[in-house]
Amino acid sequence: MNIIVVGLSHKTAGVEIREKIAFSPTQMEKPLKTLVELPDITEAVIVSTCNRVEIYATTRDVAGGMARLKRFLADYHNFPLETLEKHLYSYHGEDATRHVFRVASSLDSMVVGEPQILGQIKTSYGYAAEFKSSGIILNRFLHKAFSVAKRVRTETKIASSAVSVAFAAVELAKKIFGELGDKTVLLIGAGEMCELAAKHFINVGVRGVMVTNRTYERAEKLAEEFDAKPVRFEDLMDHLPKADIILSSTGAPHFIIRENDMEEVLRRRKHKPMFFIDIAVPRDIDPKVNDVENCYLYTVDDLNGVVATNLEQRKIEAAKAEAIVEQEIGQFFKWLASLDVTPTIVALRSHFDEIRKAELAKTLSNWKDLPPGAEKKLEALTNAIMNKLLHQPTSTLKRTDQGSRNDLYVDALRSLFDLQTETEQENLMELED
Amino acid sequence: MNALLFNSTLVIYAVVTAVYLLYLLKPKESLGKVGLWLTLAGFVVHCGFTVNRYLEAGHTPITNLHESLSFFSLAIVGIFILFERRYKISILGSFMMPLALLVMAISASFSSVIPPLNPALKSKWLAVHTIMAFLGYAAFAISFGVSIMYLIQSHFLKTRRLGPMFQKLPALDLLDDISYRCLTFGFPLLTFAIISGAIWAETAWGTYWSWDPKETWSLITWFIYAALLHGRLTTGWRGRKAAMLSIFGFVIMLFTFLGVNLLLPGLHSYK
Repeated sequence: MNIIVVGLSHKTAGVEIREKIAFSPTQMEKPLKTLVELPDITEAVIVSTCNRVEIYATTRDVAGGMARLKRFLADYHNFPLETLEKHLYSYHGEDATRHVFRVASSLDSMVVGEPQILGQIKTSYGYAAEFKSSGIILNRFLHKAFSVAKRVRTETKIASSAVSVAFAAVELAKKIFGELGDKTVLLIGAGEMCELAAKHFINVGVRGVMVTNRTYERAEKLAEEFDAKPVRFEDLMDHLPKADIILSSTGAPHFIIRENDMEEVLRRRKHKPMFFIDIAVPRDIDPKVNDVENCYLYTVDDLNGVVATNLEQRKIEAAKAEAIVEQEIGQFFKWLASLDVTPTIVALRSHFDEIRKAELAKTLSNWKDLPPGAEKKLEALTNAIMNKLLHQPTSTLKRTDQGSRNDLYVDALRSLFDLQTETEQENLMELED
Repeated sequence: MNALLFNSTLVIYAVVTAVYLLYLLKPKESLGKVGLWLTLAGFVVHCGFTVNRYLEAGHTPITNLHESLSFFSLAIVGIFILFERRYKISILGSFMMPLALLVMAISASFSSVIPPLNPALKSKWLAVHTIMAFLGYAAFAISFGVSIMYLIQSHFLKTRRLGPMFQKLPALDLLDDISYRCLTFGFPLLTFAIISGAIWAETAWGTYWSWDPKETWSLITWFIYAALLHGRLTTGWRGRKAAMLSIFGFVIMLFTFLGVNLLLPGLHSYK
């Protein structure tokens, strides 16, 4: 049995293609059921996020299965296959496993290390389990992918640093203030990046937000959006001592917060630290403010620097993650190979044969007055019983026609008669936690 | 037995220090956990040493520099464990355990023979006075360590050096808060140590206060920490200024403890 992957992602297709090929999460039953009814396809899972659409499936015929999946994607969305095919990638065997493990571990994401993808795959797998389109192989496969992602997350620092300017600002604020729950943010001016940063601060739960602007109406409008308090620009110095985090991006041609203002401001707030984030060009805040005790000033360039370092760090961590993925591929393939019919039959036979021989030897050693020739007859008798018992299961396993449940039987046999090798047992334990 | 327990403590603290210094350099969280467990082990052995010493000597074993340095180290480790558990900051160990080790090493350089008890020290006040003084000193030591961490972290933030050590150090406000808590803990202890000392002096030497060097320097130390606490509560001395003052206070405190004993002759010069 082979695992195949067909799909497209932000790396191969623009959003105008991705949005046409995406599956709606509320209507997963139909496509999943259609997939498993296709000839050559036995199991299927659909992963559909805003950055990727992928089908994971099992098939006996790799080339045929891939072709069917491609055709399905095109037909299901009424999209010309010739156009779609340019954007599709397809993998099988080890490459398919590597691909899915990397996707789940967020190594293939637009922002490497972003944490949402794992949850999205889990949800997708949930649909497949609900509509019974995934079976023994994909179940095990995806659980393995989840455990790989978990290992990557705990053993590397791939997701531990901020990689956007707004997040970097929040992370830095946490390094100054610890918890932000009792802190106030002051937004001076407006601007996309400034507002985005303000949103991030609101998301982590600051106590309050104040907004000021040269035109008071704009401040009021923005304040309404953020559920914040509008402040008149002329009153800025009165309100500055109340703010812990100051986000500034006005179009002013000169500094609006100067070093000599700070002494008075700090005195009024009993020298509690202040964190200034100056996003304006030209700058709003005198760089000398950073030299004032308990004041920390970061410009947009500083924050970009932080992000660049973090991205660099992520690259190093990603290399460690790739190594984990490679290691886990090997383990998964050992299990997959064990689902082959022939070695299972051999293992089953030798298991039975061992029992037969052991029991026969026990009987013979206790049997004192054995007539001559009886030993050979007993040997033949027990052999015949064993062969009869094994005949039906063996021929069922050897059936290869459509609809046979070989992998299921093989897996069951291996569990029932304890035919696993040691590495497989380790695998099982890992999957359980 | 005494020497065995003392040396075991010294060895464990040396290993703990190595682990915590490694933790400072290597991005491995598990090292912090190992450090804490080893610290706990060292603390237990150290307590064993102190109790054993008490049983052998028959009085509170804080009567000479060997004993009092060891007790100072024990108090530092004990309070460090409390703060580590309370605030979950492993990196505190990278600053406190080297200090605890250093204090133990200095203690080891003094004779460990149990001398006959100085008659002036034969009093129920010995335990109260010395234990309070050293618990107070230990609280100031933690404040000192945390203040150094504050200065480093503040420097990192000002100069945008946001490396692995910056990531491990906790938030500035938390460091500031811990330092302050140590002071509110250490200051009353120092106050009571001075008061109990005065009462004891009255019964032993017939006068509450005789301006002996130890008394004078204790008072100076007390005033520095009083000023720091006062400044913090009224005008908001916090952050770098508070950190530097706490470090200064600790240096003066060390002089009160060691310098006075070793350099200035007086009633308190127990070596």
